[in-house]
Amino acid sequence: MKRPGLWLATVAFLTFFLGPFFWQVLTSVWPDGQLTQPLPTSLTFDNYVSVLWGRPFLQVLVNSLLAASLTTLFCMAVGASAAFALAKLEFRGRNLLLAAALAVSMFPPIATVSPLYLILRATGLRDTLVGLVPPYATFALPLTLWILTSFFRQLPDELYRAARVDGCTPLGAFWRVLLPLAAPGLATTAILVFIFAWNEFLYALTFLSSPEKRTVPVAISLFASEHKEPWGEIAAASVIATLPLVVMTILFQRRIVSGLTAGAVKE
Amino acid sequence: MNGTVKATGSMGRERRQAYMLVAPAVAVLMGVALYPILAAIWLSLHRLILVFGERKWLGLENYGFMLGDARFWNALGNTGYFTLVAVSVELLLAVPLALLLNTSFPGRGLLRASVLVPWAIPTVVSAKLWAWLFNPDYGLINRLLPGQDINWLGVPGYALHAAILVDVWKTTPFMALLVLAGLQGISEDIYKAARVDGASRWRSFVSITLPLLKPAILLALLFRTLDAFRVFDAIFVLTEGGPANTTETLSIYAYKTLMRAGNFGYGSMLSVMTFLCVVGLSLVYIRLLGKEGR
Repeated sequence: MKRPGLWLATVAFLTFFLGPFFWQVLTSVWPDGQLTQPLPTSLTFDNYVSVLWGRPFLQVLVNSLLAASLTTLFCMAVGASAAFALAKLEFRGRNLLLAAALAVSMFPPIATVSPLYLILRATGLRDTLVGLVPPYATFALPLTLWILTSFFRQLPDELYRAARVDGCTPLGAFWRVLLPLAAPGLATTAILVFIFAWNEFLYALTFLSSPEKRTVPVAISLFASEHKEPWGEIAAASVIATLPLVVMTILFQRRIVSGLTAGAVKE
Repeated sequence: MNGTVKATGSMGRERRQAYMLVAPAVAVLMGVALYPILAAIWLSLHRLILVFGERKWLGLENYGFMLGDARFWNALGNTGYFTLVAVSVELLLAVPLALLLNTSFPGRGLLRASVLVPWAIPTVVSAKLWAWLFNPDYGLINRLLPGQDINWLGVPGYALHAAILVDVWKTTPFMALLVLAGLQGISEDIYKAARVDGASRWRSFVSITLPLLKPAILLALLFRTLDAFRVFDAIFVLTEGGPANTTETLSIYAYKTLMRAGNFGYGSMLSVMTFLCVVGLSLVYIRLLGKEGR
């Protein structure tokens, strides 16, 4: 307790950042009839039961899982080889491509909504989860490229040269030598892309119209009952939708921080 | 060793393979970003009502109409105010937070994990969470504050600031992490030298930390400014742009014009204007960063 200012600031920041989340957790186990009281006198899991079994929320969770996983797989498949080339090979337009990826990640999503809507409608992909993958790639692919490129750059050039001397083609060196070594980078990228895709709202709101296709953010934003806002159920749904992310973030915090600042991309 | 790889024959092959390796990513970026932007500009030059299948070339008429559209200027003002205030407050909180995270003390691990919580929470969920805190009847904020209950999200003037608070809560951690990365790049030796010269803690913060931190801060400001300017999720969930359009931002106005009114011509024009504002802002920052580099 040598530096009281330090502790005061720590407590203040902890309260500000964690307080609202704890209040939401408390609300989720707060009996509906007692919401008018200052604090609940008993706790209940009714809200969880009614969210999971009274609403199509399990379906919604599966939808989000699908959309986020497909986006992650797609971006890794397309982005890994490109990130390797950006980090280790010399070719014209290398810096231009990195700058373009950065610029694309800065696009306001609203700017591309109207043409993407028309394209998805014309191809029959509107209101499908697969149809979310291309729009999601607008933010997920640049993120993949930046983070993976910085990971490939950290691998020593000698590895690549040795593989080439041993007779590998550049593609072979990438596939057999560097890609396995970049596994931690791939994991970091996958975690971040998954989180961003899981949290996306505008595209999912615009391109999905059937209630049974909704992703978690869309479902929660449109959560309403006929009479009043179901705060307890919203809180329960929020906790269900957020807890896996919070646990994942705390488990992988080092990776996430290094990935975010390596790529230095997005919120 | 360099020579072996870069012998002429293998060099050409290397370049060919490099193009092959980046081609899928380039194609996807063009398909999901470049083409849609150009298409949005094209659409913005039309009158296009989806439900009627109506499509007519207008040239720049939509842009002309915009100049006299009070709702557009209101949305632009709201977006600018939101961005300016939110990002300033975030910076003012992020720098002390980053300094704290850079100090070694027993609570640091807990603090570092905790700041990631708001970052990991989906924006929609964080907006719902705050909407409950702001609830006029049972919300925590009115419970804690003395005096009359305030309808935070229903009163013009309060609502936009409520949205700013949500953004500050959600995104200050990210900014702090970027500033922290900058702090970790500053060598300890400079501080030791300053201490030997008798500089106070505050003095070395102002004369050493801040100047050396400037590039990291500018980069963090760039990311956050562009991100705040396209704000949609939080405000859409909190107020949908109300009360009386006092929280309507450009993204929300464009979304409503596109998806509620089905007016794809004027809506695309609003989208393009949002895009152009973001381009303008990034050019300003790139100039500032360029000056910093020299």
